[in-house]
Amino acid sequence: MTSPDSEIPMVQLLTLEGEFSAAREYAEYAELIRELREADFLKFYRDMARIRRFDNEATALQRQGQMGLWVPAVGQEAAQIGSGYGVGPNDHIFPSYREHGVAITHGVDLMSIVKMYRGVNHGGWNPHETRFHLYAIVLGTQALHATGYAMGLNFEGRVGTGNPESDLAVITYFGDGATAEGDISESFLFAATHNTPQVFFCQNNQWAISSPVGTQTKVPLFKRGEGFGVPGIRVDGNDVLACYAVTKKHMDDARNGKGPTLIEAFTYRMGAHTTSDDPSKYRDSAEVEYWKARDPLIRFEKFLRKQGVGQEFFDEVEAAGDQLAAEVREATFAMADPELESMFDHVYSDPHPLVEEQKAWLQGYEESLGGHKPETPGDDSVNYGGTR
Amino acid sequence: MNNMVELSIAKAINAGMRKAMQENEKVLVFGEDVARLGGVFRVTEGLLDEFGDKRIFNSPIAESGIVGTAIGLAMRGFRPVAEIQFDGFIYPAFNQIVSQLAKLTNRSEGFLQMPVVIRVPYGGGIGAVEHHSESPEAYFAHTAGLRVVSPSNPNDAYWMIQQAIQSPDPVLFFEPKRRYWQKGQVDLDQQPIGLHSAVTLKPGADVTIATYGPMVVTALQAAEIAAQEGINIEVIDIRSMSPIDFGHIAESVKKTGRLIVAHEAGTFVSISSEIAAKMAELCFYYLEAPVIRVGGFDVPYPAAKLEEIYLPDADRLMEAVDRVLAY
Repeated sequence: MTSPDSEIPMVQLLTLEGEFSAAREYAEYAELIRELREADFLKFYRDMARIRRFDNEATALQRQGQMGLWVPAVGQEAAQIGSGYGVGPNDHIFPSYREHGVAITHGVDLMSIVKMYRGVNHGGWNPHETRFHLYAIVLGTQALHATGYAMGLNFEGRVGTGNPESDLAVITYFGDGATAEGDISESFLFAATHNTPQVFFCQNNQWAISSPVGTQTKVPLFKRGEGFGVPGIRVDGNDVLACYAVTKKHMDDARNGKGPTLIEAFTYRMGAHTTSDDPSKYRDSAEVEYWKARDPLIRFEKFLRKQGVGQEFFDEVEAAGDQLAAEVREATFAMADPELESMFDHVYSDPHPLVEEQKAWLQGYEESLGGHKPETPGDDSVNYGGTR
Repeated sequence: MNNMVELSIAKAINAGMRKAMQENEKVLVFGEDVARLGGVFRVTEGLLDEFGDKRIFNSPIAESGIVGTAIGLAMRGFRPVAEIQFDGFIYPAFNQIVSQLAKLTNRSEGFLQMPVVIRVPYGGGIGAVEHHSESPEAYFAHTAGLRVVSPSNPNDAYWMIQQAIQSPDPVLFFEPKRRYWQKGQVDLDQQPIGLHSAVTLKPGADVTIATYGPMVVTALQAAEIAAQEGINIEVIDIRSMSPIDFGHIAESVKKTGRLIVAHEAGTFVSISSEIAAKMAELCFYYLEAPVIRVGGFDVPYPAAKLEEIYLPDADRLMEAVDRVLAY
């Protein structure tokens, strides 16, 4: 449809009808699924549904002026939840800016993402604690950070020792658009020459804002790393089981010292790039319909029902989603603006006289005006950059 | 009796890095050709033999990759010392330095520290081809989150590189390449002053010349010439371009009433612009003359046959001295 190479075979473990069906060449991936229990499948579905509900609520909140911007990930839930659970609990994740689904698989508080897109801070969660690093908005930059981090694991001898308590790997997320950035190519090179314990996870959602993937590449993206020495594989990005298995296998391999892999998750951004664009201006509704038929949640629901999961579970998930949405809404409305002086915090780790001087000046200035009053939530004068 | 040795600036930086690497195994040195060759200026010579290829290693020729991976290594708890081979090659890394390295501590609300040192041989005067003689320090001094320093003599080179490596913040460490072979006494025991303090190298009463890096020697030459004419010049080595020790400079200006700020970089939107503006604020009633800036011209760094004309020399400083004294 959108991409000249969409007929290329890819790892798929679920048919569109939700049948578990592994071709012989994908047997090693299918094996990883056979190790899962029903509770794992239910967790996958629950999180996919949860993140979609959250995502839709966040878009609504942006439309109501409660957030400056929202970056929806609708359509990419399988790629994100599947791969997120394929990452080991102690591994480090270097996301781009749309990885809300991956974030929940590593316990990141969704409100910290809301906080950032509301314009309260620039992220601010603790990457050491969550092992989920800050969102990277300048495309491709995070891939080099991931590679440097992975080089450090090599230097520390935390790779390939056979001790699962000690060995670590990293994964970096980026989109089809970011593959055009030099930093992605440089990351492949550094990763290959240092044999880093690393997975490059490219969500090819077919569109970089309004530019189709053909603008970014003349070869299928999973082949992009080969010339640098990073082998690649394409996975059906709307198949949560395939995304889980492929990520798990290559993260395990990376941890065991087998070097980096590029995974291209072939998926689709069902919504806008962000709340500030209108995809109907640049793509056909027929294309959207094609991908709606490949909706990752519907496919996985079919699978679960075939496994005998009853309506009760889906009702429970829906109710949990409604509750989450209400909580997110309430927490967003209650979210206070940052303290004025906080912009001067952590510019440097050690004090810097210019920053100190300007902070002191602002404090004096505000006092001369009778003191600053933080905007209170619900105040009509608040403008977060969205339309009211 | 302190332990004094005579070293060139290049050898002093080498000795400072060696000491930092001995003291902290998290210090890593990398960049283009830094390992076996010891860097194109041999500043890292001998470190490979002492520390091995997990502590010092060659990077691919990819400056954004060098800085980007340095950031990742810092996130893992290392203290990377990355070399950019020449001033004019730093621009491919500009994005990683300005959009990432400078901001990550702030964006993470302090959870991430960025103890990264980026060493950059800079400035002209060695007869090099294009892109090997530039002075890009103002770009980085303009960026919040970075620290920018430059030593002018072997003792400072030895100590400032260690202080830069100890800093929890990113430091752009500009090395005055045409002075690499300039020798001087290094006190191996006594740390002189903080990384960001200016220092008065020659006291004087009539005119202050504030400068840094490769121009410090030039300013001292001008002071000698002026002395023969009965003009007593005070020379300040600024040492740090972010932050700038304005207090130290202001103290001098309040005494002399006349200030010249000099550097190799063009003067438009430069370190000297900032100092001139700040001295107008801090010393308005003390100034006997406008602050005069002496620098390279605001043109692309010229071909080597013209660089002697481009680079400010002692005569150009003396011309400025005459101008400030005419008020």
